[in-house]
Amino acid sequence: MTRNPQLTAEGELKHLLTIEGLPCEMILRILDTAAPFASVAEREVKKVPLLRGKSVFNLFFENSTRTRTTFEIAAKRLSADVINLNINTSSANKGERLLDTVDNLAAMQADMFVIRHASSGAPHLIAQHLAATGCDHIHVVNAGDGRHAHPTQGLLDMYTIRHYKRDFSQLTVAIVGDVLHSRVARSQIHALTTLGVPEVRVIAPKTLLPSGIERLGVRVFHAIDDGLRGVDVVMTLRLQNERMQGALLPSTEEYFKAYGLTQERLALAKPDAIVMHPGPMNRGVEIDSAVADGRQAVILPQVTFGIAVRMAVMAMLGGT
Amino acid sequence: MKIHIKNGRLIDPAHGVDKTTDVFIAAGRIVGAGDTPAGFTASCVLDATGCIVCPGLIDLSARLREPGFEYRATLESEMAAAAAGGITRLACPPDTDPVLDEPSLVEMLSHRARLPEFAHIHPVGALTTQLEGKALTEMAELFEAGCIAFGQANRAIVDNQVMLRAMHYAATFGFPVWLQAQDPFLARQGVAHDGEIAARLGLAGIPVAAETIALSTLLHLARETGVRLHITRLSSAAGIEMIVAARAAGIAVTCDVAVHHLHLCDHDIGFFNPQARLDPPLRAQRDRDALRARLADGSIDALCSDHTPVDDDGKQLPFDEAEVGATGLELLLPLTLKWAREMKLPLATALARITAAPARVLGIDAGHLAPGAVADLCIFDPAAEFHVTRANLKSLGKNTPFLGLSLPGRVRYTLIEGHLAYDGTLG
Repeated sequence: MTRNPQLTAEGELKHLLTIEGLPCEMILRILDTAAPFASVAEREVKKVPLLRGKSVFNLFFENSTRTRTTFEIAAKRLSADVINLNINTSSANKGERLLDTVDNLAAMQADMFVIRHASSGAPHLIAQHLAATGCDHIHVVNAGDGRHAHPTQGLLDMYTIRHYKRDFSQLTVAIVGDVLHSRVARSQIHALTTLGVPEVRVIAPKTLLPSGIERLGVRVFHAIDDGLRGVDVVMTLRLQNERMQGALLPSTEEYFKAYGLTQERLALAKPDAIVMHPGPMNRGVEIDSAVADGRQAVILPQVTFGIAVRMAVMAMLGGT
Repeated sequence: MKIHIKNGRLIDPAHGVDKTTDVFIAAGRIVGAGDTPAGFTASCVLDATGCIVCPGLIDLSARLREPGFEYRATLESEMAAAAAGGITRLACPPDTDPVLDEPSLVEMLSHRARLPEFAHIHPVGALTTQLEGKALTEMAELFEAGCIAFGQANRAIVDNQVMLRAMHYAATFGFPVWLQAQDPFLARQGVAHDGEIAARLGLAGIPVAAETIALSTLLHLARETGVRLHITRLSSAAGIEMIVAARAAGIAVTCDVAVHHLHLCDHDIGFFNPQARLDPPLRAQRDRDALRARLADGSIDALCSDHTPVDDDGKQLPFDEAEVGATGLELLLPLTLKWAREMKLPLATALARITAAPARVLGIDAGHLAPGAVADLCIFDPAAEFHVTRANLKSLGKNTPFLGLSLPGRVRYTLIEGHLAYDGTLG
């Protein structure tokens, strides 16, 4: 097997493809770098010149207004030029090969690709292809690939937890919902276990858990009440409507009944537990409005921190 | 042409022969070994010093991509690859375009393949028209045209009533049925073994139950119909144990494993390496270990290359979009030798799995070198190495998970019916 493709021989970050395999110090360095960026937004001029003259291409092969927007804001606050390409509505429909698209954009003197793709591993493929074609100077940031990884989401979640809980080494964290299809959950699990969280729980029906998930270092719960007992952090996952097809779940109503995060259930967690959600939320499906809008929810701060974390990642990759 | 093969180590697993001796060929047949037969004057002497002389390899699954997929490979390119790999006889699955479900297509393929330097081919006819799993093909006609068995390539027959009838019909004429055991519903959208690696990489999984459930159905129907069943490309430890048990219960079933599955497991997907996208999927390490052991003890009859040329456009894609398959004709012998070496097996035992045993599965008189046998031979240097590079592969399929590796064994000569089909000394 080849060396971790996202690190240079010196162990520096070259791409951000997944949290798996990132050393703990690297994750902490990203979080530390993000901290001062959080205050950039509070200035009158919300910009720093770290990426001035650099071109960041947002390559979204799968729709996502929210993630694309936060990456765009982050890049612009670093003074980069941002080009947004929604490729599922352009060349992919004309049958252009993924790597041909990449070659074309590389030829436009890109400095960074922010990639969202429906296939797990697509950013790895692109990073390998750039190396093979002598375009090694282009950095790849994975903005979500299939079910595999969403590393900036995982990092911003860690930033949020650290902001509210300070120390990872005493925490119990529960991830609730559709782990099977969730790239967010996988990135969260790798980040939490790497940062030394002693107990990471996943709570879901058996149809929404991949086999072998416990090998990732998590404790599996099928009953939400048991899983939430005594936790410091509750991370809810989005449940997509298409899960009602394919015999995974009978209905959103039954899902809410069995796994929806309500105030009563949240009361089983520690009194100061925080509630997180990667967005966009389905109120009344995975989370009750009373919880989403309640005092323990930190869902909007997550969004704010997300910009700082993405600035940190881009600055570390492409900053001069 | 009279050929004198000098000073090689003759290994003929079917007859328990393993000794250094000379071999004599005339009129396309073996005329003797040891002392020069009376009146034999060689027109060609091949020096086999330091080499193994064994029956030509028999490959139970090689896609030649003709007709229909000539942009991926042609009969000429793949036959050159077969000869370079020491393969003198091969069975090809029916998933060409058009599908091998009509006698004229089979006749055309056999006719095109009838060149002295080409390996003998045995088309496997489609069991159902268009491989759709609905209507039976004209099996008797297809048999007349040259099909040796009937199968579905990688496609399943979903309707068990059709399966039962297809087996009954084939059994009526004594035709063997070759099938892959994979439940299409459990395998739906799956691209990797359902386990820790797939969970980690976020790839949709194919559980082992996809194989065992399909296998259970096939074995039940085989018992019901008495058909001669051959299971192609087993992937799991549980699967092979079911076959062992079925045999003990008196069901006539043979099976093979693809050479990739003998050496690789799901860990080899690494960082989404599309070269490791295969069908069936590479399974867990313990499955691989079971396949290796069960091939060694003979529970798995034969080893095949599952040669499937895929072009770069088909492979340079995200893992779940990449085409399945890998080139294999030129790797069959080296990977067999590698397995034998790692398992500390006698060469004769290892070579039996790619010569005498597949001949038995095919039900033909081949894969051995007794006097009078057809002179299909492979002469290879076991001490030399084969570097797997794009340039060294004669197949148009350049994609394999073994690219870049050095493997044991280099073919020096391949003889097909006494004709020198490949001469590796020419460089």
